[in-house]
Amino acid sequence: MADGRKTIRFTLNGRAVSADVAPHENLIEVLTRDFALHGARVSCAQGLCGCCTVSVDGVATSGCLFLAPFANGTTIETVESLAVGDRLDPIQTAFLENAAFQCGFCTPGFIMMTRELLDRIPDPSDDEIRHYLSGNLCRCAAYPEIVTAVRSAARERATTKA
Amino acid sequence: MTQTVKPVKTGLREVSRSVPRLEGVQKVTGAIEYIHHLRLPGMLYGKIVRSTVAHANIVSIDAAAARELPGVHAVITGEDVLKIVPSPYYGPAFHDQPVLAIGKVHHVGEPVAVVLATDPHVAEDGADLVVVEYDELEPVFDEVAAAQPGAPIVHEELKPAGTFADLKHLKGKKHTNIALDAMVRHGDIERGFAMADHVFEDTFKSGQVMHTPLEPFVSLAETRSGKELTIHTASQSPSFVRMEVARMLGWQENKVRVRAAFLGGGFGAKLYIKLEALVAVLALIVRRPVRIGLTMEEQFYTITKHGTTVRMKTGVKNDGTIVARQVMTWWNGGAFADIGPRVTQKSGFTAAGPYDIEHVSLDSVAVYTNLPPAGAFRGFGIPQLVWAYESQADIIARKLGMDPVEFRLKNVLRDGDEHATGTIMSNAKVVECVESVARMIGWDKPFDRGTGVIRRGRGIAVGLKASISPTTSVALVTVAADGSCTLAISTVDMGQGSDTAMAQVAAETLGIRTESINVVHSDTDVTPYDMATLGSRSTYHMGNAVRLAADDARNQLLALAATYLGVPAETCVCKDGVISTSEGKSMTFKELFVARFGMQAGNVVGTGSFEPPYAKPDMTTGQSKNVTPFWMIGATAVEITVDTETGRITVDKCVTAGDVGRAINPAIVERQLNGAAIMAIGSSISEVMIFENGQVVNASLADYKIPSFLDIPKHIQAELIQDPHPTAPYGAKGVGESGSFGPTPAIANALEDACGVRVREMPLLPERVLRAIREAAGTPLESE
Repeated sequence: MADGRKTIRFTLNGRAVSADVAPHENLIEVLTRDFALHGARVSCAQGLCGCCTVSVDGVATSGCLFLAPFANGTTIETVESLAVGDRLDPIQTAFLENAAFQCGFCTPGFIMMTRELLDRIPDPSDDEIRHYLSGNLCRCAAYPEIVTAVRSAARERATTKA
Repeated sequence: MTQTVKPVKTGLREVSRSVPRLEGVQKVTGAIEYIHHLRLPGMLYGKIVRSTVAHANIVSIDAAAARELPGVHAVITGEDVLKIVPSPYYGPAFHDQPVLAIGKVHHVGEPVAVVLATDPHVAEDGADLVVVEYDELEPVFDEVAAAQPGAPIVHEELKPAGTFADLKHLKGKKHTNIALDAMVRHGDIERGFAMADHVFEDTFKSGQVMHTPLEPFVSLAETRSGKELTIHTASQSPSFVRMEVARMLGWQENKVRVRAAFLGGGFGAKLYIKLEALVAVLALIVRRPVRIGLTMEEQFYTITKHGTTVRMKTGVKNDGTIVARQVMTWWNGGAFADIGPRVTQKSGFTAAGPYDIEHVSLDSVAVYTNLPPAGAFRGFGIPQLVWAYESQADIIARKLGMDPVEFRLKNVLRDGDEHATGTIMSNAKVVECVESVARMIGWDKPFDRGTGVIRRGRGIAVGLKASISPTTSVALVTVAADGSCTLAISTVDMGQGSDTAMAQVAAETLGIRTESINVVHSDTDVTPYDMATLGSRSTYHMGNAVRLAADDARNQLLALAATYLGVPAETCVCKDGVISTSEGKSMTFKELFVARFGMQAGNVVGTGSFEPPYAKPDMTTGQSKNVTPFWMIGATAVEITVDTETGRITVDKCVTAGDVGRAINPAIVERQLNGAAIMAIGSSISEVMIFENGQVVNASLADYKIPSFLDIPKHIQAELIQDPHPTAPYGAKGVGESGSFGPTPAIANALEDACGVRVREMPLLPERVLRAIREAAGTPLESE
């Protein structure tokens, strides 16, 4: 399987990095194996649950379906990029304060998708929140609290910007 | 989405406080530990070759091509397993499940071989190259058909594990698929029916569904000497894994170390043995660490929720009094018993519902079929039974012209009444739960009933569950020399918040802050025995053990303080790491350690062990003076919209009440109730495994629809009914399943309320609902 391996270079959470990847490997495998980033997780492996959500060139993407060689030259951000030291991102704080998770396996995916939502729609309605996050699944069903958390994060972001 | 948590004045500081989860920051940053992420140096990835047929003898396994694939380390089959384990079968109730198939396969997806490679993709490619030749046998899939004489036989001989007394008589039994028959006899059922003015007979069916934890099953094993093992596993029952793997290998328990981390969901799936025996044996054969992680598709072939057929006959008087109930339940256990026989018995004895009925006769059978195995699933069989008895409650109320709430309140069990098992009811707030959901949904108030093709309706349901008994929990509380405290328990936090809740119990007892406690996760070399994290048992059972352990540690600290302060221990108070006397003398924990050990050193170790009060039911009558240490009660009311042109149901409102004893952490308890209700909505309207010749044709989240944001009610509300239970830790009962009892029948009842059709098979998929509507309208759809 060594055939076809190539070195890719990309920006990961603000740093220039490189990795040797096989053509069939997906982005999550590489983030896990070579960079010890565990926030994005493969669950359904079909791009249907959202647990593997990462940002590729500013677009929330299912990392389990994104072949690693295509990451060459891109800018990738994972949930690990959000907190600065011990200071959490307002979205993380909102999820924490509203207890918007139970087992936590889907949580980084929801947080990354919420970030894109609030970047595009700073003050979303409840229906917009539900629709935007409908590709992320939470089997523990913390959905009611996630809506509350997203609303709270939107308010916090507006206050910080104002 | 409003929330109702009534503040309760308790005089408690840590218990009853909505402490944020101790691991919360790690969850929002993604840093939390799951076994999913564990990689061991030098490990091999295993890919399972699975049976493609439902029932067959294995003629041959040709692994030559796979072995030749560059990068493949080994291909292991049942024959290789037999070389190191003479009897490689496991299971909590029956030793019926082989580590890898031996001679025969019993369901599609049964593990037949494993390909091992350092690269997971090579292992996958290798698995595709293994060719298995089968001589097919006639399969049986339906639980009722499989229980009949002459049905194809799944296992030639029954092999009960010996753990459960009520299975012992099945040892060596042949020519049967029945893996347990449990019964309750109370009163005189024939006399009861003779007294009745009306007799109702209905059969209710429910399909097989899957837990769908988002962290798929994963286990790793490693050995250094071949005479010991460490198993890292996403398991809800590390203590059982240790005992069962040791038993199978013929080892002492202390040679097997089993550790778990946080689980990315469990819901009953990750119990007993799943991949653990397989990775253990593989590591012993190849002498390298082995990891097997399943795909989402493979999860559908690993463990499921029982499909059931419930035949219910009920006699009522004209005034609505239920006088007799006879229930026959067939549980489709699939190819391996797993914990199915316990589901059959523990749930089976509650099949008459939370009702005071003089004459009751209940039969419940666990049946082997050639479907993937069924086991524990949030509710442990109760949701399938509540679905039946609460559907029939509305059928009866409707026929008698009674209001469904009134009918229930007329018949429900109240404290002091005798349950069908002979146990006197106590601390079971059935009435309060029914009244709570009726109030929250506005039962007495008019609502929008829809117009034209859109119809709306309401439904209500209530269920009860007995706790799993008798079971043991042991806890260890260690106080370090700086006064900090560590709690070592084998309870597994799979999202239900047990770390936080157990720390709250310890903190309340020790007079310290919950946030200061460190909870050590299951590691059988370190954390003491716990039966398992299942059946909503941890809060009560482990909670009691933790309280006892913390009491023990506190009493030791008080005794030390009494010695150094020169006062009787009873006059000392322990709060915030300081022990003080009424005369104003005090010592910090730290000062106590310095006084005791001569420097900041040493430990105070508190231990606690808890087994609940319980009386085993009689095998032929099911009668017991104390059939459960506590009752769980859950009620749900819903408001739904039905599109009568498509049959699609939308649940608009869902309100749930649970009798929780006392909520240790009200915010987490509320989320458990709502989370269970939403999960049950999934198995009510969208989730079901669809089989063709034993193959799951929708084993993917694309076709098997668990609730997303677009499927859940916009209005969700939970109320905690708080009535501290006398034998529970600070009064707290288990609650993880209570929200799952009511939604299914509540939705079916709302469907009849909306458009006058009664569906007796779950789930209420659009096609099934549409067929019922068209049938009722006299314009039936063409048959399938």
